[in-house]
Amino acid sequence: MSKVRVLVGTRKGAFILSSDGKRKQWEISGPHFGGWEIYHMKGSPADPNRLYVSQTSGWFGQLIQRSNDGGKTWEAVNNDFKYEGALGTHQWYDGTPHPWEFKRVWHLEPSVSDPETVFAGIEDAALFKTTDGGKSWHELAGLRQHQSGPKWTPGAGGMGLHTILLDPNDPARIYIAISAAGAFRSDDGGKSWRPVNQGLRSEYIPDPTAEVGHCVHRMAMHPSRPNVLFMQKHWDVMRSDNGGESWHEISGNLPTDFGFPIEVHAHEPQTVYVVPIKSDSEHYPPEGKLRVYRSRNGWMEWEGLTKGLPQRDCYVNILRDAMAVDTLDPCGVYFGTTGGQVYASADGGDSWDAIVRDFPGVLSVEVQTLP
Amino acid sequence: MIRVVLPAHLRTLARHEGEVMLDVVPPVSQRSVIDALEARFPALSGTVRDRHTQKRRPFLRFYACEEDLSHESPDAPLPPAVISGQAPFLIIGSVAGG
Repeated sequence: MSKVRVLVGTRKGAFILSSDGKRKQWEISGPHFGGWEIYHMKGSPADPNRLYVSQTSGWFGQLIQRSNDGGKTWEAVNNDFKYEGALGTHQWYDGTPHPWEFKRVWHLEPSVSDPETVFAGIEDAALFKTTDGGKSWHELAGLRQHQSGPKWTPGAGGMGLHTILLDPNDPARIYIAISAAGAFRSDDGGKSWRPVNQGLRSEYIPDPTAEVGHCVHRMAMHPSRPNVLFMQKHWDVMRSDNGGESWHEISGNLPTDFGFPIEVHAHEPQTVYVVPIKSDSEHYPPEGKLRVYRSRNGWMEWEGLTKGLPQRDCYVNILRDAMAVDTLDPCGVYFGTTGGQVYASADGGDSWDAIVRDFPGVLSVEVQTLP
Repeated sequence: MIRVVLPAHLRTLARHEGEVMLDVVPPVSQRSVIDALEARFPALSGTVRDRHTQKRRPFLRFYACEEDLSHESPDAPLPPAVISGQAPFLIIGSVAGG
């Protein structure tokens, strides 16, 4: 019978939650790296026992950990993230030029075919890559050196590169997203980049339809349709059917279109999940009711999923990297909250149970489906 | 031998218990001690000082012989008691909540 492994990054360590295909009984391993912030932890699709972890601390900086045995043992690999070429500047909060400065790794995206190859999304925004399992990292500097780079501005949470989508059919095509620069696409394996933000409208920037400057919170794709992208923006839920060339709003009947994560059902490429959050200044569910919203057609119609989720007095947030799906049938959906709960649905979102309720605040959730 | 006391998280990362004993090539300074520390425990590279600027991480402090050496030049000689092994060189995580 298949198994699932849920990789949870929190503000105070990493946890691994394991279950069989029924997804009712869970074994919990951790905390790994107790006391450290775990921004992200993800397994290689090509070798599920190869895990990569972004481990960070205000005291000790950035570390990258790697496991070759599914998280039983760990090895610190190289943490040298050196921007390549001219450092350059981006725009600071006060409008002045500010030199790029490495702060942390927000997201690790292993290659779909090679366990030694991983992309790393960085704050201040840049994309790095290793092809030797983390022994060395080099920057794909064409992104940071894009002509719009000097105009990029950090959001309130920093200028992080948080989304990396690899086209499973075309290794040369990569999508990334940066808060608050927007979405970018490369068609040559990361050497050159262009913004793909046409159709986004952001009233909080001077030109609401500018080429860059949009605060994209998260993007998602289904591997069977890599040209179809879904986006949770600062405000607005968006969709592109042409690889980001143009975007259309699909917020429809959502109670609010502010939020952070967005995910696609493993077997229904049109089925999309978001977690509406009240507003940019009130990062908790509207009315204190924690509701996942599901669109079956990837368009304007959304249904609230509430069974098993708190429907009163709930004031947690769900961060951008804290939602994931497994590939079992029915599809499992998982998300973690800033209040330390990890919720799981083994029926595509129809009903939910808390796997744990008292973890540290959850920063990231990834799921591995194992044979 | 130079005695170095690490904060708990760095001892865990280095997989080392207790004080670290380092053979440091003179002159014995903050820089040469941390060079030797990183050579012995590569996992600590970048955790005590920035890899590229070589600056001490702002929330860490260097103490020895009841003195705060954090703002001394990284190339200044460490106190004789540290060099002779009588006193440890302390790497301390600053107090912060959360």
